[in-house]
Parts: sequence; structure tokens; C-alpha cells
Amino acid sequence: MINLTINGLDVSVEEGSTLLEAAQYLGFPIPTLCHMEGLSPYGACRLCVVEIGEGEKSKLVSSCTYPAEEGLKVRTASARVVRARKMIIELLLASCPQSKTIQDLASKLEVRQQRFRQEHEDCILCGLCVRMCEEQMMAKAIGFRGRGEKRSIGTPFDIKSDVCRFCGGCIYVCPACQLRCTYNEPEKAICGGCANLSPPCVEIDRFNDMMCYMDPCVACEIEKD
Amino acid sequence: MIKLNTIFDLNALHDRLISSAKPEIPTVVITAGTCGQASGANDLIRIAKREILTRGLTERLHLRVTGCHGYCEMEPSVLVEPRGTFYPNVGIDDIPEIIDAAVKGITIDSLLFKEPVTSEPVEKQSDLPFYKKQVRTILSANEKIDPIRIFNYIENDGYSALMKVFGIGKSSRIIAEIKASNLRGRGGAGFPTGLKWQFLADQPSRNGKYLVCNADEGDPGAYMDRSILEGNPHSIIEGMIIGAYATGATEGIIYVRNEYPLAIKHLLIALRQARDLGLLGENILGTGLSFDIKLVKGAGAFVCGEETALIKSIEGKMGEPRQRPPFPTQAGINGNPTAINNVETWANIPVIIRNGAESFRSIGTKNNSGTKIFSLVGKIKNTGRVEVPMGITIGEIIYDIGGGPVGKAKIKAVQTGGPSGGCIPSDKFDLTIDYDSLAEAGSIMGSGGMIVMDEHTCMVDVAKYFMNFLKEESCGKCFTCRKGTQRMYEILDDVSNGEGSLEGLELLEELANSVKDTTMCQLGQTAPNPVLSTLHYFRDEYEQHVEKGKCPAGVCRSLITYSITEKCNGCTACLRACPEEAISGKKKERHSIDQSKCTQCGACWSVCKFDAVEVL
Ligand SMILES: Cc1cc2nc3c(=O)[nH]c(=O)nc-3n(C[C@H](O)[C@H](O)[C@H](O)COP(=O)(O)O)c2cc1C
Ligand code: FES
Repeated sequence: MINLTINGLDVSVEEGSTLLEAAQYLGFPIPTLCHMEGLSPYGACRLCVVEIGEGEKSKLVSSCTYPAEEGLKVRTASARVVRARKMIIELLLASCPQSKTIQDLASKLEVRQQRFRQEHEDCILCGLCVRMCEEQMMAKAIGFRGRGEKRSIGTPFDIKSDVCRFCGGCIYVCPACQLRCTYNEPEKAICGGCANLSPPCVEIDRFNDMMCYMDPCVACEIEKD
Repeated sequence: MIKLNTIFDLNALHDRLISSAKPEIPTVVITAGTCGQASGANDLIRIAKREILTRGLTERLHLRVTGCHGYCEMEPSVLVEPRGTFYPNVGIDDIPEIIDAAVKGITIDSLLFKEPVTSEPVEKQSDLPFYKKQVRTILSANEKIDPIRIFNYIENDGYSALMKVFGIGKSSRIIAEIKASNLRGRGGAGFPTGLKWQFLADQPSRNGKYLVCNADEGDPGAYMDRSILEGNPHSIIEGMIIGAYATGATEGIIYVRNEYPLAIKHLLIALRQARDLGLLGENILGTGLSFDIKLVKGAGAFVCGEETALIKSIEGKMGEPRQRPPFPTQAGINGNPTAINNVETWANIPVIIRNGAESFRSIGTKNNSGTKIFSLVGKIKNTGRVEVPMGITIGEIIYDIGGGPVGKAKIKAVQTGGPSGGCIPSDKFDLTIDYDSLAEAGSIMGSGGMIVMDEHTCMVDVAKYFMNFLKEESCGKCFTCRKGTQRMYEILDDVSNGEGSLEGLELLEELANSVKDTTMCQLGQTAPNPVLSTLHYFRDEYEQHVEKGKCPAGVCRSLITYSITEKCNGCTACLRACPEEAISGKKKERHSIDQSKCTQCGACWSVCKFDAVEVL
């Protein structure tokens, strides 16, 4: 067993556990996006960062990949952690504003606006689909290509894959393409971010870069219902 | 080739080579590293060979082709031993004359280097200002050794450190020696090499242990490692065999980027020679040590220099860093313990063993012992590779060794540590060079790139350049690194186009700090350095861009206009140089620029001999 301290509480976990597992065991919530039980940890979205160590040497690490170490001191919601997570959410919203999953995460962390140039890139390369395909469906039909800004996911040479069985597992786990924001069906809009806001028309500037992508704007329609 | 079966065989070979050497015969040394070959060294070699053969001088003159000696500005250069006469920028026609003089033992004054201030000729290489302040414990070997001749290396005390190690016989004492030398890894992070070896030695070996030489060197403007690989490949092989003996490693790998064809060629030749001679393979020199080295070529991704990505690349997977721990010494290539060291680190090993840790420690400072090689490039007179003791100041490198600025413009800053290093302003040039003080100043040592910038360099443009590099070279796995570098580039691009805002600068700083904090590997953690250091030291330049719409250095095209002043005497040089036909004017009359056609390319500015083109 490995003994460590999370937010001041002592905890013993089995060797090989990650910090995320240890924190969840104690009931400390840590937001995750690229992590899913049953798939190997990947550490791409960085949303699950926690602060480890003390003083000068303290640093942020992704809890889903970092192994629990003897005597480690972990903080799951320090000011530094929260600041970092908010910036990550802003970046996510700027790239993929329609994802319901991301909007919900934003609501939880009280991020209402993003300050970058709005894009509608959608894929955030969290790699859930790649791992789903390889590890649960045993197909390995899709994978990553390229690096840096040219990185993308697809089948080899972008042609129909022989090993793909159209199981749909990739779409099922995708936080970007499966759960789209259903802004005109408020009962399905869990975050309620849009429905709870007063109509943006009067304060257009504030909503120009709103996290929620609404074009055409239907906030008033939602109000009426 | 003969095969050496015992340590005594190697010793005997060494003695035989020394006794049959004829140091009194003059030798013409031609530098033919990649830099030398690019400036025409191959032609010099061809002519020199023909000259020596046709005139029957083979008994009276030796020719040696070596790797780069460092003074790249003066390539192709010729050195004549034993006097140490240095001829810079040699042309094909000079060769017969140089050969004549070498045979007669005289020098040709007209071809010598001229001291820049007094114009006095300087004969000896060691007297040149460029070399005077250098301490060349590693690079000096490049002059003496023909990289494709193993006997040449052995004759110059090569593999004598290996003999010493076999003589000591205890691996723990070798590690203790490396620890005592305080050698820190030259690949960038400065991790103590002795400690790393200890970790590897302590690991049990199930399916073998690996040693890796990291020769990926992906930083733009850096070529320190290349010149060691090209000029002295056996020093790395010797270092690795010593490493294997000390740590119990069974396999070695040199990971070298495919863009270094000459280095690959020389390494392959050197590895084959070492194997043929019995210095690699089973039961080396009868000591029971079995170790071989294989070459793996990388495809030129910057991130593959990162050790965990490098391991993946060697395994044939996509070059992506992974979470450490486990560290490579715990689980590296195919899960086996692996120690990765930089080329320069490996080249230091034989030096330490040969001269002792004590003597190594006497160079440099307390926590930073030994020398470090830098590649000095940019707006500086003497570009080239310099090897200096740790703890020297930046100013000494730039002004004393580098010779200061090229033109009239003052030097403004120096960028150290490759793309993810930082810019250090000229008022901090008394900063000493070591791992700790550079990090404190917001930069890093990196692998030793040093880019000098003058007043015609725009710091926003510099940050943008590096961000552009990093957004393409990030592996792309960590969202904050991939997207963060893109967004930083986007904001910098806005600033350089005059579309930036003060809020934008704040966002840039906030984002840069977050990227530093939240990425997994050091590429992302250091990627914001160019932005943060320029924002810190040159914030006024950023502010002038966004508030006044001006680029003080006259670089950002959207923010500058070119005009022709009354100094113009109508020579028509600019008119002919302008690719857009934006300049009009009659001969001997003042010209003018049509701003609607001008694309701010600066061609007129660079051709004008009368300072008549003004940038505002
Ligand atoms: C993005 C990145 C690129 C790197 N590139 C190189 C490189 O080209 N050569 C190198 O020796 N080390 C490079 N490193 C450092 C290596 O990860 C590693 O620290 C080093 O090879 C260890 O050797 P040393 O202990 O001898 O310094 C790089 C690190 C990062 C994060
Ligand atoms: S959940 Fe840990 S990095 Fe994505």
C-alpha cells in the first residue's frame, strides 16, 4: 500500500493507482475529459491537473496519469489548479463551443466567456475514440496522424478501414460530436446556461464570444416557452 | 583489420602508432565538416591531393581531413601543423601556394587572418581573438583527428580512457569518478550524469539494459552535437563503452536525425571499425564485457529529442512524450531500464576518465563543472561553435569571442536554449552562463544554441517565429500545448499586424503561464519562455505595437513604411531591386516609393549604399 496526503487527508491506496483514483476514493471531485474507466489513461486534456509537492518544487501534473507515490502531498483544488483549469476550459470553448460536455464543465467551473478567436474546430483530440476502438473494440481502425497543429484522427490514408465494424463506439465516447448542445430544446440542455440567461440581444457585446454557440440567437424563443 | 583480443593488444597498438608517427613532417589540415563542405572544402581536398601526388610530396607532407574546428565564419579554412598556421577563407587557387609554403616551413602573410582593429596578420590559430578565451577540452580533438580513421583516434590517446577503466576494473569506482566530476547532462536539463548512471546500475537486468546517445538536435540554429558526431565519432563510442562497463548495460543506441547525413556516415564507419577491431561486440578485449551499438535514424521531429518520445520513436511508435515517472532508468526501451545522455555528455566521459574528476572540476564553477559548447549565430561578427568554461559571462562570449555586432546597430539581446529558451537583454550580459543562472533569468541552457539579436530585430517577431516553430513541432497530445502554442501565435500575429490590444497582451501572459503549468513534457513547459521573457524584458516594444501601431525595430511589415530621403542621389539601385516596381525616379534624381504598391519587403533598404531609404 502507498500512503499519501490529499488535501490534508491521509489515504492509503494500492500500488499502481493513479492520483485521480486516490482522490475519487476520498470523494474529491476532479473534472476529467479524456479519461474514461475501462480505457487506458492518456493525459491529453490536462483538465484533471492537481498540484503536488511543496514550496518551490510544487508543480501541476495530470492526476489521471500520475502514479500515487509514497509521502506525496496533493492538492486537488488549489488556486493554481483552478486558474489552470479555467484557462483550459476557455481554450476548449474557443475550439469546440457546441460540445455539451464542455459547456457543462464550463458551467461547473463558472467560466462564462472565452477570450480567444472563436473557432468551430470540434475535435479536441482527446483520443477517447482511438482508445475505445483499440482497447474495447479490438479493431485499431483509427489512430492519430501528424503532429502539432496538423495532428488529426482518422483511418490510415483516410480510406475506408478494413477492420472497422461500424460499431459506433468512437461516436459513443466522443465528447465533441455525440453530445451537441441542444439549445433549442431546453429540456435536454442540462447546463441550462443559455436558458437561464436573459436574452442576449440587449447586451450584444457581452455575448459576442459567448461560450455557447447560438446562431441564429434563439434565447428569446426559449424564454417565451 | 587486426582484431584486438586483450587490453595489452590495444596498448601495444597505441604504442606502435605513436612510435611510427612522424610529427616533424608538416601536415596540411583541411576542415570538412558540413559547414566546411558547404563552403567548398571538398574542392580544396581534391586539389590538395592532386598537388601532393603529382609533385611527389607524399613523403614530405601529410594531408588530414577533419571535422569542423569551430570558426565557421572562416570556412573553408586550412591549418598547417606543426606551426599551427591558420589560413581563413581559402580559395582553390591558394592551395598550391599553401602546400609550397608548408613544405618549406614558411608562412604566407597575405593569406593570414587580419586582426580586425589593427589589420595586423595573426599567424597561429590559438592567437586569434575567437579562440583566445575558449577552453577547448572537447573540440580541440577535432583538429587532430580524421574522423574516419580509428588509428588516428587511438594515436591521439583515443580509447586510452577505456583502457584505464578496464584497469580500474570496478564499475562502482567509475560511477564514483563521474559523480565526483559533477558532470551535468548537456542535453538541456542539466541532470547529474553520475546519478543517472547509478540509477541504471541499480536496476536489475531482465532483458538487458540500454544506453542511448541522444543526437536528435532539433533546435533551429544549433549544431554543436553535429560537429562532434562528424568530427570525433569515436569519442562518443568510447564514452558509451565506458558507460556500459559502469552500468552493466548490454545494448547501445545512437539516435541521430536523418538530416545529418555526414554524421551518420562517419558514425557508421566508426562503429564498423570499432567492431572490426574488437572494441564492440562479445567479450570486448577479453574483459567479459559484451556491448554493441546500433544506429537509429530519427525523422527530424523536434519533440523526439525529449527522452520519453525518443524511446517511443526507437520502439517504432509515434514520437509522443509520456508521463514520468516511471523514468527511463526504471522503464525505458521496451520496458527495459535505459539511460539517455546527450552527445556532448558522452564526449565528456573519456575526458573525465583520462584526466581525472579533479581536473575536470577545476574548470567551471562549483555546481557547473567543465566546459559547454555553444553555437553562436545571428547578428554577430564571428559565428561558429565556441567551447567555454561554465561560469563565463554572456558578454565575454558575445564581445570577446564573438567580436561584437556586425554593423553599426547595437546588440540588443541574446536568445539561449533553442526555441523554448528565452531572450536575455543586453543589460544582463554580465550574467554568468550556467544551468541555474540562466533559468533564473527566464531562459534555459538548452543544448547550447545562442542567437544574437541587434536593434533591427523585433522582439514580437522573434517570439512569433519561435511560437510558429513550436506550434508545428509540439507533438500535439497535450491540449494546452497544442492549442496554447497556436493561440499564443495567433495573439502575437495580431500584435505584429497592428491588431493587438492591451487586453490581448494580458491574455497572452495569462495563457503563457497556464501552458507552462499544465503540460506534461518539457516542450510544453518551456514553450512559453520566448513569450514570457520578451514580455518581461521588452514589454515596451509590445506596447508600442499595440498602442502606437509602430514597430520600433522596423520589422513588422504592416506597421512600417519605407520612404526615400533627400540623401538619394538617383543611382537607381533601389529601382532595379524593387520586385513590385513600386519605385520610380529618373537617374541622378531623388526617387520615390509608391506606397500603394510597396509590400515592405525591404529590398530597397538593403541595396541602398547611401543610407537614403528610411524605415518608419
Ligand atoms: C522538446 C525537447 C527536445 C529535446 N531535444 C534534445 C536534443 O535534441 N538533444 C538532447 O541531447 N536532448 C534533448 N532534450 C533533452 C532530453 O529529454 C534529455 O533530457 C537529455 O537527452 C538527457 O541527456 P543529458 O542528461 O546528457 O542531458 C530535449 C528535451 C525536450 C523537452
Ligand atoms: S482527464 Fe487527465 S488529462 Fe484528460
